[in-house]
Amino acid sequence: MHPAFQGLITIIIGVGGCVGYFYFSNQFLDKILFPPQGANAGRNINRANLIRPWLFLAPAILALGLYLAYPVVETMRLSLTERVPGGGSAFVGLDNYQQMLGEPKFWEALRNNMLWLVIVPAFSTAFGLLAAQLTDRISWGNVAKSLIFMPMAISFVGAAVIWKLVYDTRPIGQDQIGVLNAVYLALGGAEPKTWLTIPLWNNIFLMAVLVWIQTGFAMVILSAALRGISEETIEAAIIDGANPFQIFFKIKVPQISGTIVVVWTTITIVVLKVFDIVFAMTNGQWETQVLANYMYDKLFRANDWGVGSASAMIIMLLVTPILIWNVRNARKEMR
Amino acid sequence: MDNIAGTKSSLTWAVHISVVVLVALWLFPTVGLLVSSFRTADQIATGGWWKAMFPSEQNLTLRTLAPDTAVQEGTLYVISGNLFETGKDAEISRFGISSQHVDAFTVGDTAELRNGSLITVQPDGAYRMTSVEPFSGKRGSRVFVTATTPPEFTLKNYQNVLFDPANREGMAKAFFNTLTVTIPATIIPIVIAAFAAFALAWMEFPGRALLIAAIVALLVVPLQLALIPLLKFHNNIGIGKGYIGVWMAHTGFGLPLAIYLLRNYMVGLPRDIIENARVDGATDFQIFTRIILPLSFPALASFAIFQFLWTWNDLLVALVFLIDATGETTVMTKQIVELLGTRGGNWEILATSAFVSISVPLIFFFAMQKYLVRGLLAGSVK
Repeated sequence: MHPAFQGLITIIIGVGGCVGYFYFSNQFLDKILFPPQGANAGRNINRANLIRPWLFLAPAILALGLYLAYPVVETMRLSLTERVPGGGSAFVGLDNYQQMLGEPKFWEALRNNMLWLVIVPAFSTAFGLLAAQLTDRISWGNVAKSLIFMPMAISFVGAAVIWKLVYDTRPIGQDQIGVLNAVYLALGGAEPKTWLTIPLWNNIFLMAVLVWIQTGFAMVILSAALRGISEETIEAAIIDGANPFQIFFKIKVPQISGTIVVVWTTITIVVLKVFDIVFAMTNGQWETQVLANYMYDKLFRANDWGVGSASAMIIMLLVTPILIWNVRNARKEMR
Repeated sequence: MDNIAGTKSSLTWAVHISVVVLVALWLFPTVGLLVSSFRTADQIATGGWWKAMFPSEQNLTLRTLAPDTAVQEGTLYVISGNLFETGKDAEISRFGISSQHVDAFTVGDTAELRNGSLITVQPDGAYRMTSVEPFSGKRGSRVFVTATTPPEFTLKNYQNVLFDPANREGMAKAFFNTLTVTIPATIIPIVIAAFAAFALAWMEFPGRALLIAAIVALLVVPLQLALIPLLKFHNNIGIGKGYIGVWMAHTGFGLPLAIYLLRNYMVGLPRDIIENARVDGATDFQIFTRIILPLSFPALASFAIFQFLWTWNDLLVALVFLIDATGETTVMTKQIVELLGTRGGNWEILATSAFVSISVPLIFFFAMQKYLVRGLLAGSVK
């Protein structure tokens, strides 16, 4: 069967199944199980209303439980076990973690991830704030915004190709086709460099790709926050003789600090999961490994589910503080 | 806020220039790829794409006509013609007859070939080759020229990548595969999430707050954790790697954001409408389908564009849940990574393939930017 046709059937079955489920389960509840008439009409209505939310929620809870909650537990279990030849698995305690901590590649990945964690959110937020502030004040700001925002729509893989062309290297003497080398030579560089193979610096060049993508996101959120600032405070500052820089840093930024934190943490989460960029551009060679790619290597190249799961748990561990913080904030807001 | 109290900032021009620089920096890389996708392999390899707009000087290797086209003029045998195909608008400055000295002669000069024949090349590529002996051999002689060619763009790359019947790069198939993954993976989570969001927003039941908190928590769970457990699960229930698996995985991974976005939006809908409908005897199901769903269109659109972008651009989920050893179900992102590995130097193919894959989300992006922004603003946990 042609996959597109299969896709069409899936849409029909999926959507039809969902709608059908919701419709008939509600009908069943109202017409057969607890009909709102007869001797027990009042009690029946109450009972139906007790059950109905769970009818609406059931498919979502099932999918969330199976596809997100269960894997967390299962990955934790896998990280403590080892596959034994011939099927099955054996409990090995913390051996997988120990083995992982003994690997230099893991430490390299962890170090790089920490670099990513500091640099990418910082630069994306800073550029985003700059772009938001600048574009808010000019007539063609919306056009500029949507152009800076555009990389958001580009896949990490597409971005990897785009930036590989920027970083491309031709042998000395030939015309450079990568912008970076062309600029470098024009500024008096001695010979073209293969940027992605220079340890430590190559991490920066990979991060540039993500900063380029995430700046638009930061800009959109921060720009909305800047517009929400009350004009009185700014007016008062102007009357008191503050210059534009003072207004920006001392009046505006403090007022949107909450939003800046949100943007920062959101980008942090993206960074922790970064995989495609490294996978496509260097695949972790030349000391550019990151945790997500390390995990992929372990799982699908080395076929070592134990260590792979252990490294996934490290990613989970790094995400946890943000997770708790988000949940607490959300609960505060609902009250 | 500029004109408050008449303080038109003297920094305005600086602002304009900074924004221009910023936009240029952000556009430059993408434009580079776009321009490259319209150039031939030769052009890409010999000069930066930023020079593509201007005439460029190139060294070309061309060939005269075959010896059997020679005509006899008196005692001489003559081959004449034009080195370029018709229609090419290039100007030759120097030429040579051996690969060691490609610029040995100025145009108009006469060079002597090894077999004793003489050749004269004109700036427009016209040449005349004469010999007292009859020409021998099968192929024409090589002529090396230094020529200035005007900017030239071609659609050939796109033709090769998309419409080549042999489909060597596999992009045409990958395009449809990606589409096959994307559409169900966008629609199904919306349906499931809409019902759940309605329950979470407008129904009172014990455990509601806890469920909402759980959804906020699941928003940030890295999907890396799900790879092995779910792959095992898919193998156990017998669907293995394939479309069903990838649709289910995308549905699961997209749900927290979908529920979160839709709930936040639905909570903000006016209470009066819903209560009036209740008084008039509408059931919850009717309220949902007749009132909530149509009113929630902006939020539905926001999520749809998010999910579409995310599933279209995804690599990891497809690698793990979809693409099996046969590679029949490969998606574009995977195909491009493959090309990066095997054809890393063939920029014309890479650039074109990448642009084919980028173009669809870009169209969506510009068409539905309003909803995307709205979704972002509602979706970032405040």
